[in-house]
Amino acid sequence: MIGFLIQRILQALMVVIAMSVIVFLGVYAIGNPIDVMIDPASDQALRESLIQRYGFDRPLYEQYFIFMNNMLHGDLGESFIYRLPVLELILSRLPATLELALTAMMIATCLGIPLGLWAGYKPDSLSAKAIMGFSVLGFSVPTFWVGLLLIMAFAVELGWLPSGGRGPTTEVLGMQLSITSLEGWSYIILPAFNLALFKLGLLIRLTRAGTIEVMSSDFVRFARAQGLSEGKVVGLHVLKNISIPIVTVFGLELGSTLAFAVVTETVFNWPGMGKLIIDSITVLDRPVMVAYLILVVFLFVIINLVVDLIYGQLDPRIRVKAAS
Amino acid sequence: MSEAVLRVKDLRTQFKTRAGVLKAVDGVSFEVGRGRILGLVGESGSGKSVTGYSILGLIEPPGEIAGGEVLLNGQDLTRLKSEAMRKIRGAQIAMVFQDPMMTLNPVLKIGTQMIAAVRAHDRVSRKVARGRARDALAKVGIPSPEERLDSYPHQLSGGMRQRVAIAIALLHNPAVILADEPTTALDVSIQGQILAEVRRLADETGTAFVWVTHDLAVVSSLADDICVMYAGRVVETGPAADVIASPRHPYTAGLLASVPAEHEPGTRLPQVPGSTPSLANLPPGCAFAPRCAKAGPACTTTPPVQHFEDGRTALCNYPIEPVSCQPLSSTSTTYRSAS
Ligand SMILES: Nc1ncnc2c1ncn2[C@@H]1O[C@H](COP(=O)(O)OP(=O)(O)O)[C@@H](O)[C@H]1O
Ligand code: SF4
Ligand SMILES: [Mg+2]
Repeated sequence: MIGFLIQRILQALMVVIAMSVIVFLGVYAIGNPIDVMIDPASDQALRESLIQRYGFDRPLYEQYFIFMNNMLHGDLGESFIYRLPVLELILSRLPATLELALTAMMIATCLGIPLGLWAGYKPDSLSAKAIMGFSVLGFSVPTFWVGLLLIMAFAVELGWLPSGGRGPTTEVLGMQLSITSLEGWSYIILPAFNLALFKLGLLIRLTRAGTIEVMSSDFVRFARAQGLSEGKVVGLHVLKNISIPIVTVFGLELGSTLAFAVVTETVFNWPGMGKLIIDSITVLDRPVMVAYLILVVFLFVIINLVVDLIYGQLDPRIRVKAAS
Repeated sequence: MSEAVLRVKDLRTQFKTRAGVLKAVDGVSFEVGRGRILGLVGESGSGKSVTGYSILGLIEPPGEIAGGEVLLNGQDLTRLKSEAMRKIRGAQIAMVFQDPMMTLNPVLKIGTQMIAAVRAHDRVSRKVARGRARDALAKVGIPSPEERLDSYPHQLSGGMRQRVAIAIALLHNPAVILADEPTTALDVSIQGQILAEVRRLADETGTAFVWVTHDLAVVSSLADDICVMYAGRVVETGPAADVIASPRHPYTAGLLASVPAEHEPGTRLPQVPGSTPSLANLPPGCAFAPRCAKAGPACTTTPPVQHFEDGRTALCNYPIEPVSCQPLSSTSTTYRSAS
């Protein structure tokens, strides 16, 4: 187990290093940010001094090593625009995205797994077909459009919920969270549901497919031959067997939700990381972009690591392979 | 024969498919007494498994039981509601399947699966259930049963897994265990051990077994009685030794002729010439006629059930005359009880 863990952590480090090179080169290729930062009319001397200050005159590899060295010391640079350390900037936006993404994942899981189980358990029933129809909508209709519809319906027409923004926050474990109050929930529920929709459709289909497969397996027939109730067959055998693909998708989706909640955050004017990165890209705020991408890579790597560890818990056969 | 614990009468199970109604089980009757072992024999596709699933009420659409009775200690199981049937399944009548790799859930510990099986019928604590699971494993000859409870199925050999499946079937001391080709996937020596164990269990616990197989050598060494199926029908029944010594139905004779004298249990059975007919277009009359050397003019009509001495039957117009000869293979081991 320890060996497995070390191996996975080393792999994760390699991925982070490789990604940092790619990100650095990619952003470098976009061009010299100095032109964006300064007034085109300003003189050459100012230009030169800025280039020198940010180190753009040095060779590429030197720039990279300086960047990596700073990063290892927790310094990801300073935003050209906000004039703040980017780490601080991004982390200040993280709680908003975190709570939005987690709420969305919770909605998707709590609805998706039961609906998928039912649709797989009684695949020919009318209700199962309705669920499947809904799941197709879930990931074929564009997110922004559903978001706008939700705002139209619940905020504009019915007036039940606010149309955007984030509710009042309280500090929990050093993070500003809005889900601690009922009013906060009234703000988060629409964007969270909007963000959940795609994952909901995905989870329903995944759960359904897994359920159908497991229900037709010999061990379910054997379990029934032992007189196990249908509830026990589904709750014990089916749920345990379909949990592996579900955990995988959950992990991947959690990562991508955190990283790319951009559309929903924009539609609902949610002050999260997604909005920050969009703003940074439009003004070529290079340190923010780089730091953000590195952070995303970190997130994915950590989530994958956790998913791998959970796998081992869920499927004893994987544990054996990892050990040998 | 002692009083029958399981009596199947004129059981009919059909599948409504696009090709038409398939009569997979078409008027099957047999019975098993306490502590007896009935060998249910027939080529692949003859309806043995469907018979087993029908008895347990495990037929799913598009299949349905279209008629007949399954009497377990006199109670007709085909009339039971699903919850009442669930209470009987596993408690009074249990089933073991062919593939020991597939019948245990790969991601659950043996103990977890056995505790669930105990608690499906008895409201006992997990601790008590675990104790009973351990005892059941010991009963089927599994070494260090306590440790095995914490094993996952993949950590056990095929033979051990099948023993676990049999132990699960034994948990509630059922009156009958249906075993659907349980040793087909195992190698010969393991198969022999399990057959000996089953014989002992039948004698000691009084559990009746319906042992489904397409391997006549297994039947000849294990079963008290035999029931030969062809295309969903029972074509011959009788005491195993008698039927094997002197088959009365041409199909049984064909099966026996294809067993070499020194045939080892578990090796592949040579086929009777011709192939199993498709249920979708059976010939009128006797379904075996296209492959039968004895077929005559009467065979285009459904043959009658002929009754012979010792309660033997054959479904045939021209049954084979009895012969007096030695049992098929005097060399092979016999697990049949002396009684
Ligand atoms: N789910 C099903 N749908 C349609 N036909 C089936 C189904 N299960 C079994 N059958 C039919 O029943 C016949 C007997 O099957 P089976 O009982 O499995 O044979 P055996 O166990 O003797 O090899 C098959 O040949 C097939 O035609
Ligand atoms: S009824 Fe006729 S065809 Fe059928 S087994 Fe008997 S002799 Fe052969
Ligand atoms: Mg079969």
